[in-house]
Amino acid sequence: MTKVNRNSYFYRNWPYYAMLVLPLAYFITFKYLPIYGVTVAFKEYNVFKGIGASEWVGLDVFKHIFSMESFYTALRNTFLLNGLDLIVGFPAPIVLALLLNEARFALFKRISQTMLYLPHFISWVIIGGMVYQVFATNYGVLNLLFAQVGLGPFPFLSDKNHWLVTYVSVGVWQSAGWGSIIYLAAMTGINRELYEAADVDGASRLRRIWHITLPGIRTTIIVLLILKIGDMADIGFDRPYIIGNVMVREYSDVLSTFIYRIGLQSGQFSNATAVGLFQAVVGLVFILSANYISKKTTDESIL
Amino acid sequence: MVRRSRFTLADGMIVGVISVCVIACLAPFLHIAAVSLSSSGPITSGKVTLYPVGLSFDAYTRVLSDLAMLRSLGFTVLLTAAFTALAMLMTTMAAYPLSKADLKGRSVFMYVIVFTMFFSGGLIPEYLLIKELNLLDKAAVLVLPGLISPFYMIIMITFFRSTIPASLHEAAEIDGCGKFGILLRIVLPLSLPVLATLSLFYAVGRWNGFRDALFYISNQNLYPLQLKLYQMVMNNLISEVTLAEGAAVKELIPESLKAASIMFATLPILIVYPWLQRYFVSGLTLGSVKG
Repeated sequence: MTKVNRNSYFYRNWPYYAMLVLPLAYFITFKYLPIYGVTVAFKEYNVFKGIGASEWVGLDVFKHIFSMESFYTALRNTFLLNGLDLIVGFPAPIVLALLLNEARFALFKRISQTMLYLPHFISWVIIGGMVYQVFATNYGVLNLLFAQVGLGPFPFLSDKNHWLVTYVSVGVWQSAGWGSIIYLAAMTGINRELYEAADVDGASRLRRIWHITLPGIRTTIIVLLILKIGDMADIGFDRPYIIGNVMVREYSDVLSTFIYRIGLQSGQFSNATAVGLFQAVVGLVFILSANYISKKTTDESIL
Repeated sequence: MVRRSRFTLADGMIVGVISVCVIACLAPFLHIAAVSLSSSGPITSGKVTLYPVGLSFDAYTRVLSDLAMLRSLGFTVLLTAAFTALAMLMTTMAAYPLSKADLKGRSVFMYVIVFTMFFSGGLIPEYLLIKELNLLDKAAVLVLPGLISPFYMIIMITFFRSTIPASLHEAAEIDGCGKFGILLRIVLPLSLPVLATLSLFYAVGRWNGFRDALFYISNQNLYPLQLKLYQMVMNNLISEVTLAEGAAVKELIPESLKAASIMFATLPILIVYPWLQRYFVSGLTLGSVKG
């Protein structure tokens, strides 16, 4: 028996380590074991042998996926959809925040904000249900309204180019309100005296926005922009999977849905793992570069 | 904003544009609600826009008499409650020790955890793990893999550090309070805002979660509401668009029933949302303070 030193660091602090046991076990099991599982990308996965005993095949799996045309389509679409989201979806919350910041009547502003944040809390399944009822070609309410003014019908869900418009607008609808919060928070940090001084100088509203508000949130805009660019290779599953359909697959099939399709639906585990690993590595490169650029330009690390 | 007495044309335009945005936000909900409450004649002839035509509660009667739907709702409520409780427990157990700046090994632990935010094994290795753990088609698969969000954990660490003074810890320790006692009696009671916010985030995430159930659950009795809704409504809506484009569709499920099912799954969120909205918003601003 060794004598317990009551003043030793671990004697005093063991409860902290005891608390960490389960959380760390969680991360090792559910996050790090799958990282070990990416070895499947270098193996000929055999269901009966399991991951460990399957045979190594080197880079054969990668050679195979890099020769698949559907892989390049999914890769292109991932950047295409994310790129459109960046061009249209990124400025939307900034514009909305500027409008809300300029709005009179506190009560009107507060109620509007509550309504505008709502779509963020609705699941993609429900949004998908609404989208298919609102945008459908034959009976969707939007096309019925267009028909009344003699336009359409527009195949919003079944023609690939129209579908891109649908996909992007639904994204703006879902996230612009919620995205404006962070800019509004940044705007509250702007010194009030600047506005008062501008008022004394007789600056117009647009001039105040351009010379005070926008510069005041510039750092926030740049950081979020870099962060968004860093996420370019990463795309959620729910939105493209639920809003997409076979008619528009040429644009709606992205890496996440492609992995699901070839992996879980067709059972090509090694191929799907390799695509996933490729995406994860490209994603990591993007996010690290974004962090580096962010540090250089704004002195703020995003990691 | 600087107070100016006159309500100018520009003010009017701003109010107008914001109002248009708000209407665009709410219109889809109103439309679905209107369809769910209308009778089938006006719906198919395109008369229903934002208010019900030929008021009818048939669709809701059918949804509420669908036992599978009700069971799915009950299961999702239990699942969400269990998941939220366990996730908060695990997140607190991770965040509290890691909020101590002088904890030995802290940076290693943080690195191990934060790394998983930027790199993951991906869908297939995760699926194979779940399979080897024998969790496929078990309710536990909808609980265990998502228990700790590193992002929420960092929000909690930031909160613990910024709002609870170190002197309070020292005073409690001098009074003979143990580490667990300090957490339970001092830190947690002072952290109710962040606990409420993160619980809500976890609960909404679980309630809206669809993808893990799609991947891992094939037993219909264990379908959460979102997957149930997807199988019942979305599959039907998608096939109407893709298979029957242009042709006359023989409808398998009436429009109003689909709309009522969507409303059925949306109402719980719509009901709690206005009351809890401020907690959601405060969570986002908490998150912008970095840990």
